[in-house]
This record gives sequence, structure tokens and C-alpha cells, in this order.
Amino acid sequence: MNTQFFAAWIEEIAAAVRAQRDHLTQLDAAIGDADHGANLDRGFTAAQEALAGASPQTPGALLVLVGSTLIRKVGGASGPLYGTAFREMGKAFGEAAEISPAELSTGLNAALSGVQRLGAAAEGDKTMVDALAPAAKALAQAVRDGLKPEEALEAAAAAAEQGARATVPLQARKGRASYLGPRSVGHEDPGAASTALLFGALKAAASR
Amino acid sequence: MVGIVLISHSNGLATEVAALARQIGGAHVPLAAAGGTEDGGLGTSPDLVTAAIKEVDRGDGVVLIPDLGSSVLTAKLLQTPDDVVIADVPFVEGAISAVVAAGGGASLDGVLAAAEEAWHVRKL
Repeated sequence: MNTQFFAAWIEEIAAAVRAQRDHLTQLDAAIGDADHGANLDRGFTAAQEALAGASPQTPGALLVLVGSTLIRKVGGASGPLYGTAFREMGKAFGEAAEISPAELSTGLNAALSGVQRLGAAAEGDKTMVDALAPAAKALAQAVRDGLKPEEALEAAAAAAEQGARATVPLQARKGRASYLGPRSVGHEDPGAASTALLFGALKAAASR
Repeated sequence: MVGIVLISHSNGLATEVAALARQIGGAHVPLAAAGGTEDGGLGTSPDLVTAAIKEVDRGDGVVLIPDLGSSVLTAKLLQTPDDVVIADVPFVEGAISAVVAAGGGASLDGVLAAAEEAWHVRKL
């Protein structure tokens, strides 16, 4: 997976977020402040513009630029969180020109650690971690099992999707929804839903 | 003098708490409000917070007081050890305590401790 692949990933994310913008905002309207779709759309649009302007030469530099742009432009809690995720993944990749599935797995674990350090959320708190952590585990398992890259990304995407759906019956313990207490039960977490979109986009980039 | 930045989702909330704290704590304290997004909506702008930190930094350290959610996460991203620090305190009461302490010439640790005292001041 080279720089072009990761640029394609960001393109796929931007397209998916734009297509699902209203859906994400509806999820957020139920248990948050109804801006998740608009915030992410603004952030990933800005990230694409930044990439077009700077043309980073390595996957690491590309992801760090995406992360920094998200931190500055998103405006909601997902900005610092997703921004940190992309930056940590980019930093883990270093100067490498080509990323193997094993390195992607390492990068994803770094992203997860960064998100948890910043947001202090554990699995089961009804946050993006509930999609991110299973995806990271599924990718690590796929690498250990020696699956092909496309199969490994497929497994990660499926795990993220399943993790997001599994947030529906949970009561939020972190993030804006936690202020609602029991009223947060019965709704899919918007952050987990958008994380599942990110992994769907990763799978889509691999099948281009 | 220690600088103070109030970080809120709402520009109006940050600005008015700053006005209240300034009235009680003294107009001479370096205090800035960083509320809302750059286009005036509800949210947090790291660029606005960064500018506010620069504005109030007199070389004695800066205390960030966030309200909740992305304000806290943005503050965590912009903190630096021993220089730009977060006060985990009630927004209004913490801001007033911090501004009063800073205005009295307290050190960075002193301002943080004063802000923390806001947890223990009951209204009734």
C-alpha cells in the first residue's frame, strides 16, 4: 500500500462521509448535538484540499497532514479524535514508501492508543472505540492468519461495522451522549458509525 | 502574570464568563475567550485557542479552562508540560477563582490550585 493507496482511501472516506452526511447527523441528533455529518464532511473536504495543495510523498506524511487538517477544521470532538488517529498512524509509518498489512496493523494500534489516550474511552463506553478496537483486532488476527491484504481489510471493515451496530443497546459513558444517561440507549453511536465508514472506505480503496 | 484562556463550545458563553471574571478579578489579568468555531458556530477551533494562548502568554504560564467535550480534547492537544496547563474545574467558578488568583500575582501552580478550590465552594 503506497501513498497513492492512502490518497485513494481519503477520497473514498470523503465520498462516503458526503453520502452519509445526513445519516450521521441524524444519529448525532438523537444522542448528541446534530453536527457529526456536517463536521466530518467539512473536515475531510479540507483534508482533500490540503493533500491537493501539498502532495505528500509518503503514506506517513500524507496521514499526518490529514490528521492535522482534521484537528483544525472539524470543530467537534471528532476533530481532535480522528485527527489524533490519523497522525498517530502516520507517525507509526515513518518514512516508509510502502506499507504492508502488518505495518498497517501496527499503525492502527497506534491510532487506537492515541484515541484512547486523548478521549479516555474504553470498549463498551459507546464511542468510536467500539468500532476502532474490534477493527484493529480483526486486522491483527488477519495478518497473523496470513490473509491477503484485501481479505484482511474486509475483515477489519466487517468488525468495525459489527462493533458500530453493537453500540445500539449500550448506555454512553463518554462523550456528549453520556450526559443523556439511560436515554442514550437504543441509538447507534455516531462516532462508531463514522469509524465503520472509514473502514468501509479502506476496503473500497483496496478493491479499486 | 499567569494567562488564562476560557475554551467553550459557545463564543457567547466564553466571552460572557470572561467578562464576569474580569469584573470580579480585575481588568489587568491576561484573559482571553476562545469559544465556538471560526465561522461563529457551536464547536471548538484549535486555531482560535492557539491564538488566545499566544495573546495571554506573558512568560509565566497559561491556564486553559475548557467547558466540555471537544473543548477538553482541544485543550489536551494544545497543553505543554509546565507551561500551558489544563484546569479541570467548573467553568464559571473555576474561571473566576483562577482570574482572581492570577490578578493577585499567583504562580502557575497557585492559579491551578485556586481554580481547583472551586470544586469545594458550595452555593448553599
